[in-house]
Amino acid sequence: MTSLRTTGTVAVGGAAHAAPPRRRARRRARRWTAFAFLAPLIVYLVVFYSYPLYRNIELSVHDYTPRAFVQGNPEFTGLENYLDILADDTFLRALRSTAVFTLASIAAQYAIGLALAVFFHRHFRLSAALRAMFLVPWLLPLIVSASTWSWMLNSENGIVNAALQAFGIGQINWLTSPDTSLLAVTIANIWLGVPFNLVILYAGLQNIPADLYEAAGLDGAGPWQRFRRITFPLLRPVSLITLLLGLIYTLKVVDIIWIMTRGGPADASTTLAIWSYREAFGTGQPDFSPAAAVGNLLILIAFAAGLVHVRLQRGEDRA
Amino acid sequence: MNRSSMSTRTAVLATAALALSALTACASAPQGASGTASASAGGSYTWWDPYPQHDASSAWAKRVDACGRQAGVTIQRTAYDTTALTNQALLAGQEGNAPDVILLDNPAVSTLADAGMLSAMSDFGLEVNRFDKNLVAAGELDGKTYGIPIGANTLALYYNKKILDDAGVDPASIKDWASLTTAMKKVKAAGKKPITFAAIGTEEGSFQFLPWFWGAGAQLTQLDSPQAVEALTLWSSWLKDGLAPNSVISNSQNTTWEEFLTGEFAFAENGTWQINSAAGADFPTGVVQIPAKDGGVAPTPTGGEFITVPVQKDTGRYDVTKKVLECMTTPEGLVETGTTFAYYIPSTADGQQAILAKEPSLKPWVEAVRSAKGRTSDNLGTDYPKISEALWTGVQKALSGAASPADALKQAQAQAKQAVGD
Repeated sequence: MTSLRTTGTVAVGGAAHAAPPRRRARRRARRWTAFAFLAPLIVYLVVFYSYPLYRNIELSVHDYTPRAFVQGNPEFTGLENYLDILADDTFLRALRSTAVFTLASIAAQYAIGLALAVFFHRHFRLSAALRAMFLVPWLLPLIVSASTWSWMLNSENGIVNAALQAFGIGQINWLTSPDTSLLAVTIANIWLGVPFNLVILYAGLQNIPADLYEAAGLDGAGPWQRFRRITFPLLRPVSLITLLLGLIYTLKVVDIIWIMTRGGPADASTTLAIWSYREAFGTGQPDFSPAAAVGNLLILIAFAAGLVHVRLQRGEDRA
Repeated sequence: MNRSSMSTRTAVLATAALALSALTACASAPQGASGTASASAGGSYTWWDPYPQHDASSAWAKRVDACGRQAGVTIQRTAYDTTALTNQALLAGQEGNAPDVILLDNPAVSTLADAGMLSAMSDFGLEVNRFDKNLVAAGELDGKTYGIPIGANTLALYYNKKILDDAGVDPASIKDWASLTTAMKKVKAAGKKPITFAAIGTEEGSFQFLPWFWGAGAQLTQLDSPQAVEALTLWSSWLKDGLAPNSVISNSQNTTWEEFLTGEFAFAENGTWQINSAAGADFPTGVVQIPAKDGGVAPTPTGGEFITVPVQKDTGRYDVTKKVLECMTTPEGLVETGTTFAYYIPSTADGQQAILAKEPSLKPWVEAVRSAKGRTSDNLGTDYPKISEALWTGVQKALSGAASPADALKQAQAQAKQAVGD
């Protein structure tokens, strides 16, 4: 959008300086040129962003049974799909699971990512190699890491339970008990998200001038104080964007949960995203309309989080 | 000056044209595709199936080709993953460019038929009487048949002969639930794991539970009947007593089979498609029918694909399609399909005779298929997927201990009723 605006200003500004007689014609020509340059971007935005969004809303306010989907004559139901979803028992559970899954994930990812970033910032021997190893979760295809996690957490044959048994802790049914399955997928998701946080926060740390630490050291600030008074406040903008991106990524996580538990057992690890996916593709009978409605609710939540971020950011700029 | 504005204008026009053509290309892609399909009406027919594991050089692909040649056309075959196929088919139906033939997993047939996407077999004069009634039933909706089974598979109990011998269990003694549970307890006492099955929260979970559900005398129209509760109580008692591993709750049928192949398990509930793999196991295996609660063979659900013919604008295409379908379902054709797929039991009596003559060891499977029952039968049709979802959720609740079998099924019945109601 920024580039769009700049192009417009340049073109109009240029036209203002043109010679009076041919001024109007030239201005029009330039406007057309500007539009021509914009056209590909606008087409791209419409085809790949506006239309899918419109379609999602359209799906959610109609009753698209498979029959209606094929014949293209769905009944208009207004907000009925939304009301059905809000009244569904699954909704509150899924909302709670989504909140727990998302908040626990990004809090832990951020904390671990920040700790590791500060740790690696000290440039000891082998730190580059170790840092590279922390990126592995990011590089692995999700199907691989999710399957590996579900093998490790297997009730009877998993390595995690084998290790716990060595300490005399009995079998924990990580993925097959309604009490632990959400915890299990959250742990796996935290592991997946740490590298992202590590990389961004590490980059943020590079931007903090070293002389600040030096000066603080001369003033007698200990390591903890240096972290609290310099690192943390100066990382604030980077932290905010990391948390926002983490929130948006985590809200829409489907794959890892789907592979590990299918949202089960008994809906215990069903988040809103899983619910939406299951309605649309998880059963023999695709139910696109409620799925789209749940999807739109998710977009609203992410959008609200984005607004909060913009607000915080503005406060930051003013300060 | 003039020249430069000319060139600007040309540039503008060119860009606009480019953008426009990009737009129209997007918008008209489906029509374009259907246009090419009908343009080549004489020569090329399209065919979708859910067997991506069989590539262009496979015996299956060659068989499809041969049937096309026999009908005087070339067949363009595209393979999709099973769930992707249903979605692709729906999309194609929406765009009006469905292929000439789709091989569909049987519960999907009534969904697509209800969408008005499929032509009934009677519409182009294909005889369906020669197919086994219980198998064709899954392709029926409101008295019309929308697909024919190219073969059928179903479930039975594979056993590890070595473990049973060591534990002193005679497989022939397994006649009902009680004798099965006794056998499993003996296995456990001998230090081995008794049974594994798949109770995953997908269609596979319902598929595996149905033999026990039907074997108790329960009906899919009443998920919380006392018989249904008995079936679910049987499964959850196995978990509680340590006769089955807790991981069955998240096991797919493939995972279950992998577990059985480790040689640690006495029994595994699995399907016809594992016959070859069982023969190649490191230990001797055998098969018994899944017993009904009070003896006899439990009705097992049929699996397997149906040939369906999506509605075409150009009805002239049906003649050739009919020839292709007939070629695929001759007794020899069915035997060939059956052996290609290791193993599919033919869907006609003639075909079953023919495959038994070739492979007498398939006898228990042929019998199982004959007593099997379609999941969408009993005129459940498009309601089945919704009922099934409620059922597997209930099974998961009971096995994971989130609810008692009776409560889990009561909730399942309520869920199914609500889902079917709208």
